[in-house]
Amino acid sequence: MSPHTGHAPGRPPRSILPWLATPALVVFVGFAVVPLVGVFALSFTTWDGIGTIHGSGLDSWRAVLTDPGLPHALWVTFLVMAVSWAVQTPLSILLGTFLAGRQRYRAVLGVVYFIPLMLSSAAIAIAYKALLDPNFGLGAGLKLPLLVQDWLGRPGLAFGVVVFVVSWQFVPFHSLIYQGGVQQIPKSLYEAAQLDGAGRIRQFFSITLPQLRYTVITSSTLMVVGSLTFFDLIFVLTEGGPGDATRVLALDMYKRGFQASLMGPASVIAVILVLVGLALALLLRRLGGRDAGASQLEGA
Amino acid sequence: MPLYWTLITSLKAQSRYYAENPLAPPADPTLDNYRLVIESDFLRYFANSVVVTVGAVVPAVLFSFMAAYAIVRGRRMRVLRAMNGLFLMGLAIPLQATVIPVYLIIIKLQLYDSLLALILPSIAFAIPLSVLVLANFVRDVPNELFDSMRVDGATEWTTMWRLAAPLTRPAILTVTIFNALTIWNGFLLPLVLTQSPQRRTLPLALWTFQGQYGVNVPAVLAAVVLTTLPVLILYAFGRRQLLSGLTAGFSR
Repeated sequence: MSPHTGHAPGRPPRSILPWLATPALVVFVGFAVVPLVGVFALSFTTWDGIGTIHGSGLDSWRAVLTDPGLPHALWVTFLVMAVSWAVQTPLSILLGTFLAGRQRYRAVLGVVYFIPLMLSSAAIAIAYKALLDPNFGLGAGLKLPLLVQDWLGRPGLAFGVVVFVVSWQFVPFHSLIYQGGVQQIPKSLYEAAQLDGAGRIRQFFSITLPQLRYTVITSSTLMVVGSLTFFDLIFVLTEGGPGDATRVLALDMYKRGFQASLMGPASVIAVILVLVGLALALLLRRLGGRDAGASQLEGA
Repeated sequence: MPLYWTLITSLKAQSRYYAENPLAPPADPTLDNYRLVIESDFLRYFANSVVVTVGAVVPAVLFSFMAAYAIVRGRRMRVLRAMNGLFLMGLAIPLQATVIPVYLIIIKLQLYDSLLALILPSIAFAIPLSVLVLANFVRDVPNELFDSMRVDGATEWTTMWRLAAPLTRPAILTVTIFNALTIWNGFLLPLVLTQSPQRRTLPLALWTFQGQYGVNVPAVLAAVVLTTLPVLILYAFGRRQLLSGLTAGFSR
């Protein structure tokens, strides 16, 4: 009998195993579980971030839930999620399939292509901000009036820019996931298809796509849950503006809490963020029956 | 394309920037912008980023590995199963949502505006995914090897370091890289938990630099290049490891 079959009644556990997990547990509880509980608690208080914290019952909840800013922030969050998913998924599948090929030039392309993965959102946002600047950016330099737009100053355009930059940053990552997925498809399937006279495109739609089913779910989970946390990119790029055009939930939380010093309502937004994240993760897990997404992939 | 534009523009003098074709390489490249950036205390921010990244990644990976080992070896123990469940739950929750209480805790611990304030939550946020990935790999170590260690009279502690750690070394490296990248590029925690310029990490410094020198596009871009340079050098050396590090846990 193994000594690790757990503690039978009457026998104290002698194993040191639980102790090995203790340091991780302590830090995780202290700086993730306690804050998670704390955020619920803080949503029933009034606090300006510096002074004392007062209980105030449902005041914050009432304030947030009746604020037209909330449905707007939810809508923008949803829109960013949906549009960036719709842009990234087909692109990533195509590029992933392409990069899974064996030719040498593809490997060389891959080297440059994956660089955005390494960069911080802040760096990317700042580079794009400079690039798109109507007075000093690329458009002004090239003297192309079409490119000289107030890209970040007009609501529709700013939203488009956010989606574009998000895609630029994350399509490489998802292509990488799809590349891995494509490489796991048995070669024999393609050989059989070739014997049956199926062309390249036919093969893609009848073999590659269906075989990537689980990869699509994994990648979508990451995209969707990850999109809840596009904070730094949007913060640096537009600060939620112009007006509230790109004010997603995470940004709404930050602005209410750390700029307007309303930690109570900000905590309410945080609770909503947690609930939306959990709901999405559960929904996608049900759809896919496989691993839940890792939300902290782009985490803090 | 934006990468190329960023690089060439960062080498142009500000005075020439408007006169030249923006897509052409600089006619007379200059490093002045880089000098300006370095003189703006970037070495300090760089050092801060190094301290925070190393200070968070080493304990995060160490703790996660020990926890992963315990979770796999003690999978029949109720305590450890509960812990595993707790860590897994951390995967589904956007941890950014916890910054307000984290901010409160950091103030109460009197750590506000210190580098330790960035390190502690970074470790906590790194643990769930690290434990998941490492546990997957520890699970692949054949049971016979564990049994023979036990027959030799090895304790769990020596088994962990002598057997499990060497056999899962690629996974440990991968997890280290992934966490280092996430923490190096982190923006929200430094933004919320620090205040004084002396405590800035690179992404935050980049943002404030942009606020100061916004119109000096070449200088801002030189700052962008400088902050990403260390990561790009690493990328050049360990591309395969980096890329597999990024998708670790999702391709399995």
